[in-house]
Amino acid sequence: MKTDALIAMLARGDSRVAPGAVDRRLGATVAAGLALALVAVLTLLGPRADIGAAARLPMFWAKLIVPFLVGALAFAAARRLASPGRRASAAAALAATLLAVVWALAAFDVASAPVAARGHLLLGNSAPQCVALIALLSLPTLAALFVTLRGLAPTRLPAAGAAAGALAGGIAAAAYALHCDEMTLPFVAVWYVLGMAVPAALGTLLAPRWLRWA
Amino acid sequence: MEDVEETLRASLLLALAGDSQAYAAFLTQSGAHLRAYFRRRLVTSPNEVEDLVQETLLALHNRRHTYQTTQRLTPWLYAIARYKLVDLLRAQSPRRQREVALDDDEAAGELLAADASPAESRRDLLKLLDTLPDRHRLPIVLVKLEGRSVAEAAEATGMSEAAVKVGIHRGLKKLAAEASRRR
Repeated sequence: MKTDALIAMLARGDSRVAPGAVDRRLGATVAAGLALALVAVLTLLGPRADIGAAARLPMFWAKLIVPFLVGALAFAAARRLASPGRRASAAAALAATLLAVVWALAAFDVASAPVAARGHLLLGNSAPQCVALIALLSLPTLAALFVTLRGLAPTRLPAAGAAAGALAGGIAAAAYALHCDEMTLPFVAVWYVLGMAVPAALGTLLAPRWLRWA
Repeated sequence: MEDVEETLRASLLLALAGDSQAYAAFLTQSGAHLRAYFRRRLVTSPNEVEDLVQETLLALHNRRHTYQTTQRLTPWLYAIARYKLVDLLRAQSPRRQREVALDDDEAAGELLAADASPAESRRDLLKLLDTLPDRHRLPIVLVKLEGRSVAEAAEATGMSEAAVKVGIHRGLKKLAAEASRRR
């Protein structure tokens, strides 16, 4: 086939595309993932028993804000990495800064607590299930984001996979915070972050194989 | 360099808004830049060049919705070209893939060369089209090759107009996947 003939074929007919396709598709996937994670947490795990009283405490909101910010930065990264020729350095740097701030505040909390209380501050009562449930809750969103990204055109596959994983993790952790009754920042800094890191690592590892498109 | 960016960008934006003449111009000019890009990088296998130009043009078409109007066009174009080149070299040998991996971003900054002497590809995409199922092949043949309207194609095949549009869209993606698989 002559290349001119291919060009004539591709250009024939209606080739219109509505602007903003990347944002629309990623946005729809995120909305569906968030809805699913909320339904799963509220029906299968149930909201924490004292959620009305807890919602008046700043720590309840801090636990939501950290995953929300992680998710927002990961979305900003994913929408750039879904298009060829773009990087997400600014979002990655902001995410690193966010982690550093959370860890610094948590370290301050631990350091200013009595030695005997430090263990509980870090470990809480639910560390293993926190990590496992956040990771588990993130999997449907991660799978859906991979399908969406394959329909776009990521060319930096591990980075795009990491962004998808962190986004799925942020959504899962925000939903899980409605169930979890831990109320310390060090707990969030260690176990929530670890829970979100699992899908991020998984996304990075699976991307070279599963984000390839032709 | 800036001229190339501006011309290509202007014609793609017109194309995405429905101007098929601008789209043909965009694809022709892109093809010339891609040909020069691949020719310089496939010195030892020049007969692969036109295949890869065509595959990349098909990818530009199938992925045109990923061009975000706030981004520069030439880096978008060359990132797709490089992705296709790495894909080809990976299929040939793992060692050559590493050679390309080294010059990651050079294309975006390089002075855009062009080579407007289209050859015929070795692999015939039209033959590959014959391997697709009817629901994909017929809409492409009727609308994209014979130039009939979507309504006429729907009438001729007994498919709905929506199914004809989906058939074209999915069929061209499948064609790209087949081309890359059968290398």
